[in-house]
Amino acid sequence: MFGFGRVKALAAVSALAIGLTTGAAQAADTIKVGILHSLSGTMAISETTLKDVMLMLIDDQNKKGGLLGKQLEAVVVDPASNWPLFAEKARELIEVNGTSVVFGCWTSVSRKSVLPVFEELNSMLFYPVQYEGEESSRNVFYTGAAPNQQAIPAVDYLMKTESVERWVLAGTDYVYPRTTNKILESYLKAKGVPAEDIMINYTPFGHSDWQTIVADIKKFGSAGKKTAVVSTINGDANVPFYKELGNQGIKAEDIPVVAFSVGEEELAGIDTGPLVGHLAAWNYFMSIDTPENDAFISKWHAFIGNEDRVTNDPMEAHYIGFKMWVQAVQQAGTTDVDAVRQAMYGQTVPNLTGGIAVMNTNHHLSKPVVIGEIQDDGQIQTVWSTDGVVVGDAWSDFIPESAKLTADWTYPWVCGGCEKPTY
Amino acid sequence: MIARLLALMIALCCGLPALAADPDDLPGLIDQLHTRDYAAMEQTVNAIAATGDPLAVAPLQALSDGDLYYRKSDDKVFIARKAESGTDLIDPLTGEFVENVGRRDARKIGINNNMRRALRGALGSLTLLSPDPSVRAAAAQSLFKSPDPNAVEALGQAIAAEKDAAIRTAMEEAQAASILLSDLDDATKIAAIESLADRGGRDAMSLLKGIPDTASDPVKAAAADGIASIEAALALWSTAQNIYYGISLGSVLLMAAIGLAITFGVMGVINMAHGEMVMLGAYTTYVVQEIIRNNAPGMFEFSLAIAVPLAFLVSGSVGVLIERTVIRYLYGRALETLLATWGVSLIIQQLVRSIFGPTNKEVGNPDFMSGAVQLGEMTLTYNRIWIIVFALVVLAMLMLVLKRTPLGLQMRAVTQNRRMAGAMGIRTDRVDALTFGLGSGIAGMAGVALSQIDNVSPNLGQSYIIDSFMVVVFGGVGNLWGTLVGALSLGIANKFLEPYAGAVLAKILVLVAIILFIQKRPRGLFALKGRAVES
Repeated sequence: MFGFGRVKALAAVSALAIGLTTGAAQAADTIKVGILHSLSGTMAISETTLKDVMLMLIDDQNKKGGLLGKQLEAVVVDPASNWPLFAEKARELIEVNGTSVVFGCWTSVSRKSVLPVFEELNSMLFYPVQYEGEESSRNVFYTGAAPNQQAIPAVDYLMKTESVERWVLAGTDYVYPRTTNKILESYLKAKGVPAEDIMINYTPFGHSDWQTIVADIKKFGSAGKKTAVVSTINGDANVPFYKELGNQGIKAEDIPVVAFSVGEEELAGIDTGPLVGHLAAWNYFMSIDTPENDAFISKWHAFIGNEDRVTNDPMEAHYIGFKMWVQAVQQAGTTDVDAVRQAMYGQTVPNLTGGIAVMNTNHHLSKPVVIGEIQDDGQIQTVWSTDGVVVGDAWSDFIPESAKLTADWTYPWVCGGCEKPTY
Repeated sequence: MIARLLALMIALCCGLPALAADPDDLPGLIDQLHTRDYAAMEQTVNAIAATGDPLAVAPLQALSDGDLYYRKSDDKVFIARKAESGTDLIDPLTGEFVENVGRRDARKIGINNNMRRALRGALGSLTLLSPDPSVRAAAAQSLFKSPDPNAVEALGQAIAAEKDAAIRTAMEEAQAASILLSDLDDATKIAAIESLADRGGRDAMSLLKGIPDTASDPVKAAAADGIASIEAALALWSTAQNIYYGISLGSVLLMAAIGLAITFGVMGVINMAHGEMVMLGAYTTYVVQEIIRNNAPGMFEFSLAIAVPLAFLVSGSVGVLIERTVIRYLYGRALETLLATWGVSLIIQQLVRSIFGPTNKEVGNPDFMSGAVQLGEMTLTYNRIWIIVFALVVLAMLMLVLKRTPLGLQMRAVTQNRRMAGAMGIRTDRVDALTFGLGSGIAGMAGVALSQIDNVSPNLGQSYIIDSFMVVVFGGVGNLWGTLVGALSLGIANKFLEPYAGAVLAKILVLVAIILFIQKRPRGLFALKGRAVES
């Protein structure tokens, strides 16, 4: 009995040793790309798609012959929508798996959780989601929109085109909506909107009973001035919110809702018939008619094997981020983080929506802004877009304490948030 | 900019002759609707409306519904209808079939919200004299919502011709709204304000509050009086509305908690997988709707009626399975039960995620569950009304089962004194399994209801589990009446706090209140008395 156990242990040890050597051999001829997206828990609804799109992009690159003569290898981990686990999984990816770069995170709280890990281990993260700004880390490239690439243009559009005078800022209660609303509130006040014409409302994650809030919005909107709702409601709480709007008969013609976190993926779970005309502001819509976008959509459908799946803005952000990283690695001739970072600045990739995205030295992209109206088929139709690209601004000009700060990671600044250059 | 000016000029110069009601110009105007410049499009719509030609209703309605297309080859505008292959183009004025083109050969004319508003007004004034009373009523409604000073006269004519009293009132209100925006004399405006104040409601208040500061003093004074009287009425309604919202939230809590009142309340099992039973019920609804969509679309209205018993069976049998395989070995060991059922809940969630995918599933609302009924100044949405009714019916049925059937008798006997019940020949383990199955099955039925108001995702159950325990503990463990009163009072308290404290703080305050209450009365509102409690 005892002897048998020992034999087993020995076999296990030798198996482990073989495993280790093959692992090491593999590490030598592949470049590892970490994917840090929740595949379970609340955020799985949004993040699983991003994992799939990364696998598609990596697969595609490998078919083209890989990178620097090596194959790319995706390392997928599941942080399970658990913010502290994000930090643990990030450390595991970098230290145990030896990834050269990580694509991941969705909520700002998960990004804040992994930030110290990436900075301590000097690794590289591509963050693909629109966010509240007020950050620029040496180790993160932000491929989603900053507030000046989404929130501010949307508010301008409503002011100019729909002559809105009264504003409801409704959001989920966490860092992204609170910061965005702070920026918007001071922007609106700077534009001469009096305080009594702004209503701010926060709800918990996953809020499902919207009756009171929608009734309040109706009440707020009956003051004789054109009213609009600016929604930073996040995640699947949007579905019951829009259902309640539809049921209570709030039409886009009367009180339009412009959302910053509602894309094609979120609309997939709702009957959009009653929502026609409500707005969304992004840098990408699936409905935009360009050859690049058509190619991307058909590639996605072929990869996922389902013609009904939609594409959305964070997917485009990963597409741009991944292409830029590949180009930077080719240019640097190595996957060394510091060399690739230097090569990243000024990288250009054609947007799926037309125009060229540029990576700036503040680690944010220059991208076009598009505003669209929800259609009855769940798609979003562009009604307005910027003429060219808008440079992402890490520090908002509308919050006094952050207006002074500059993010620039090249000489002489070399800083993510300084009032004076470091050198 | 130049292009826009040009388009505007074209619209104006072609639009003005059309005022002479020359129908020959209508086709030309309609072709001009194909533009990306919304200001020019609005001019064209106004010009079309000014022709007063009833033929213009069809193309404008199509534009508003997103059915107006242009042919790519020659930019001519048609009404489009989806055909089996490609798109059928229909002449916008005569309604005659023109040709069938490929899907990419004709494109939709996009509109924005400003256009929708302009179209609502234009369609309203074009259909005021329609022979169909429901169309006239709708026209009056749309003109009330998009008042237009130019429509005052047309409304006057329509009022004179109108026979139906209700529609005439609606038209008079629409006229009053339009008068406020016009430059008519003060006496007419004050009369209009009085008529709006009599109508009451938020829309009227919005119009009165919108009177500009430049208006004359008597007009402003009349408006202030009108606003004050409307506000007084609204304050009463808003209290009533809060109570209704409270009952509605309470009924949702009740729905989620009734099943738990059986498994936790009666059996004493801390079932963390209760939420997943609710979730399974919601997915059953989804599957039923998918099957109906693919095989018998006509049956869609009955999908919920079919889903309710199925959800009961699905969740109930899963419940029995869990009881037989896990829970029965853990009776009397609260901590182990808690951990084991929590594990089971994770397994079920992941299972559903693997089978159906992590994304939300669309569960449609049948027609009787969509929309709202207006009761005075309260908007009562149908889905909430039906859920209140359904929750009460389920509760009543459960009470009947417990009080009037042999199974109910055995259940009560086993929970009150297991050994004695066993000695009387009741198969206690079979009763345990059935009781747990009943509680789970009811949770499944709750899932059918919740699928109508919440997201159908693998996480559905998690968001209700805490609330359910709160209701059962607050109402008193083991007492169905307690669950009812607990759910309703938590709902109403929540909804009364929400407008003042916000949704987040309201929830916290309710939670704190419950903690304090439990300190005072550890057994909840309606504590069970008797020997069962002591054991």
